Amino acid sequence: MRTIIGLEVHAQLLTKTKIFCSCSAEYFGASPNAHTCPVCLGMPGSLPVLNEKAVEYALKAALALNCEIPKRSKFDRKNYFYPDLPKGYQISQYDEPAAVNGYLEIELPDGTTKRVRIRRVHLEEDAGKSIHMPDGCSLIDLNRAGVPLIEIVSEPDLSSPEEARIFMEELRRILRYLGVCSGDLEEGSLRCDANISVNPDGKKGTKTEIKNMNSFRAVEDALKFEVIRQTQILNSESTVEQATLTWNSDQNKTEVMRSKEEAQDYRYFPDPDLVPLEIDEAWKKKILDAMPELPAAKRARWKKEFGLPDYDVKILTDELPIAAYFERTVKEFPKPKEVSNWMLSELLRLLKESLSKEIKIPSENFAKVLQMIESGQINRNTGKEVIEEAFKTGKSPEAIVSEKGLAQISDEGKIIGAIVQVISENPKALADFKAGKEAVVGFLQGQVMKKTQGKADPKKTRALLIEHLKKS
Amino acid sequence: MTRTKTCRGGGTADALASGASGLNAREGSNPSPGTISPANEVSLLRLHEKTLHELLALLENREIQVSEIIADLYAAIIEKDQTVNAYLSLAHKEDLIKQAQANAHLPLRGIPATIKDNISTIGFKTTCASKFLEKFEPVFDATVIKRLRAAGATILGKTNLDEFAMGSSTENSGFFTTRNPRDPERVPGGSSGGSAAAVAANEAIFALGSDTGGSIRQPAALCGVVGLKPTYGRVSRFGLVAFASSLDQIGPLTKDVHDCALVLNLIDGHDAHDSTSVNQSALDYSKDLNLGVNRLKLGLPKEYVKALRGEALRCVETWVKTFKDMGVETLDVSLPHTDYAIPVYYILASSEASANLARFDGVRYSQRASDENVETMFSESRDKGFGAEVKRRIMIGTYALSSGYYDAYYTKAQKVRGLIKQDFDRAFQQVDAIIGPTSPTPAFKIGEKSDDPIAMYLSDVYTVPINLAGIPSISIPGGIVDGLPFGLQIIGDQFQESKILRVAYAYEQASN
Ligand SMILES: [Zn+2]
Repeated sequence: MRTIIGLEVHAQLLTKTKIFCSCSAEYFGASPNAHTCPVCLGMPGSLPVLNEKAVEYALKAALALNCEIPKRSKFDRKNYFYPDLPKGYQISQYDEPAAVNGYLEIELPDGTTKRVRIRRVHLEEDAGKSIHMPDGCSLIDLNRAGVPLIEIVSEPDLSSPEEARIFMEELRRILRYLGVCSGDLEEGSLRCDANISVNPDGKKGTKTEIKNMNSFRAVEDALKFEVIRQTQILNSESTVEQATLTWNSDQNKTEVMRSKEEAQDYRYFPDPDLVPLEIDEAWKKKILDAMPELPAAKRARWKKEFGLPDYDVKILTDELPIAAYFERTVKEFPKPKEVSNWMLSELLRLLKESLSKEIKIPSENFAKVLQMIESGQINRNTGKEVIEEAFKTGKSPEAIVSEKGLAQISDEGKIIGAIVQVISENPKALADFKAGKEAVVGFLQGQVMKKTQGKADPKKTRALLIEHLKKS
Repeated sequence: MTRTKTCRGGGTADALASGASGLNAREGSNPSPGTISPANEVSLLRLHEKTLHELLALLENREIQVSEIIADLYAAIIEKDQTVNAYLSLAHKEDLIKQAQANAHLPLRGIPATIKDNISTIGFKTTCASKFLEKFEPVFDATVIKRLRAAGATILGKTNLDEFAMGSSTENSGFFTTRNPRDPERVPGGSSGGSAAAVAANEAIFALGSDTGGSIRQPAALCGVVGLKPTYGRVSRFGLVAFASSLDQIGPLTKDVHDCALVLNLIDGHDAHDSTSVNQSALDYSKDLNLGVNRLKLGLPKEYVKALRGEALRCVETWVKTFKDMGVETLDVSLPHTDYAIPVYYILASSEASANLARFDGVRYSQRASDENVETMFSESRDKGFGAEVKRRIMIGTYALSSGYYDAYYTKAQKVRGLIKQDFDRAFQQVDAIIGPTSPTPAFKIGEKSDDPIAMYLSDVYTVPINLAGIPSISIPGGIVDGLPFGLQIIGDQFQESKILRVAYAYEQASN
């Protein structure tokens, strides 16, 4: 049995205004129907005018996916009735999409790379939202109507649910790197539909379409469920019915939304209100020239340039701001693995705990902390404390260290004073040491650190402690 | 099952619900312009009968006041519109006078315009003569309305039409049929029948209509006035309730050719709100009217005259002779794909209409027949809201776009549309303009063709090809057939409005 999966991904573009009018495209949290006008309400007599920024963002995404950009594309009307579709049709692109024949390379868990072909990328407008009330009433909010979308359609090149998830993750990463989509599956700014068929050896299976997968996990789970379902049907010598399914994440199963017989005829035809879209080479070149380094290229470069392990690279390059932070820090403090360790163990944890979207310590301050540790000015534990404090208050590490008196004690006199005190307080431990139990050194060192509020330089303390134990 | 209602959460949608004042849209077939004080009578000056350019001169010389024009217009409307039924709604007379007086410093000095009721106009309902939009008050002005107002025009009222501009007689109006002022037993043509009748009955100084397959020119011909369909893209469609977006154009209906040029001056020009608006700099179309037509070449398409008999044919002979006397040569030309224009038009226009009218679904606007569930809301609202002709065209269009039929109908029709355009391109290599009848017959009797859609469709056989080709064309009074006005159509190449206006003006001067 061979599994074949193709994905259709809708990505909302982060333009300031909608695709065919100048209403704000920000709909999340806005009061219902606040961001509407005659155009996006589909009022009689209104006409669409294409937002150039939406085209630019679509081209950015398409070029990042290695697509060809035809000189000419056009807009079509996709006709269907739905209460939150105000014109009774959606403006989309049918047979002449903005971009074709691209590919996206994904890295599989075994370390190999797989090229997944992209069939097309096209522009379209989003529909509004229906809100169903408990009393059976439905309310309509058209703030989302007319928000620009791109639909990215892959060829059926994915051969497992896991690959599908990896594809989605990498696609999201690219769209976020480009700044064209926020990539939020839960909020629906990135949506994924899948076509999947399980094919018995030497035979062709039947394709089903799955919708409503609202997380990466849902993508993988829904497809896994469908592989098992189709395999069981095939094993029982039955045939899989062609249908559109929806993923029920509460019950962890796919459910039939509509059968093949109910398939809609969208009666696409060219939208006479819009002129064909012509993209010249100059525009294409301008976008290509401004293209940022994409995640895959960055990962490859980091491995080579910084010698970091795959795990570190993968996490630190996941989000562009984090990756950029790393690179800025490394410029100031050129020990990549050390920077990586501190970022992974401290910064990303703090970031997660704070629910913030940005790292609140400027990278030069973070580098400064690492330098202070390196030079022995503070010890590692104090370093953690300083980072945490700097993250919370935004103060410079120097200020924190001096205000809190956190500077490491390297003054031998002070350390020796503490050691003498500790040894005199712990005669049993001294006796044990003399009897050959070297393990007590650790215990005693801990006592010294305690006496110095952890500020004693640990290396120096240990050496001086052993010296004094021997002398005592 | 889901009940559906629109959200009243704020924003523009709310404005839909708010009432606009000063309106008295008539419903049903009993016209009662209740906002007009009945004491009015037409003055001795009979200013409502004057042309726009005459009134502008009178106002400029301070011989009259704009309020006198308005008074005469309302008096004429009271007198005649009970018979003609041109208007669907009218402004308050006193309000209009105040607005007009405030516009004294602007080029149009407050002179009122009359608008077909499928052009979005703040302060009026925009019903498209459809039950569906019986209570619809638009929240924005069409670009043409903005331009008229900016030039100092006021809006007198909105005129009747075939529902959503689909028809050639105004018999398809969801409210009532407009009558031809030349003979009240007859139709005024359509779909801009209300605008043409209002101008012909001197119930308007000038009017705007829309022309998708002849809807300005055919009623102009049948009512004996001047009507022009501009080059596609010359006049912004923003605010025109779409019937067939690739064919629709707004244009003037006026008492003479000079006025036609003046009104086109006011409404043309590029509009950033309409992607199909062409970026041609605005021209002064009245400037060249007097240049004359000496040495111009006109074409007479044999396909446009072959079916004409009797008085209609004699009109054509008169046209040729009149032009000849002015030094204009008339050549025979051929537009070989003319016969395909009607079927091509009904496929393409209906296809576009089927999508354009999908927004009338019972969710918004006036008409919601049922909200038992979403499907019945859609189907019953549309069943009750639309008239028979609109439904017929939605069915035709939906069929033509359906999978399995699309290539045979829509794609094929687009190809033939290209051939029809080519016919004109070839003809314009030989001649400066093409002349012919606007409509095969003068005004027909009310009810005569209403049971025979094909016969009705054929009354647009000479106007439809022009829309398919996207070129400009004007209809002017061209003689009398059966005691009724017969239209002379003058067709130009793309953006050649100035030239066809010149030809039209010369004929008008010679025939007066
Ligand atoms: Zn809008």
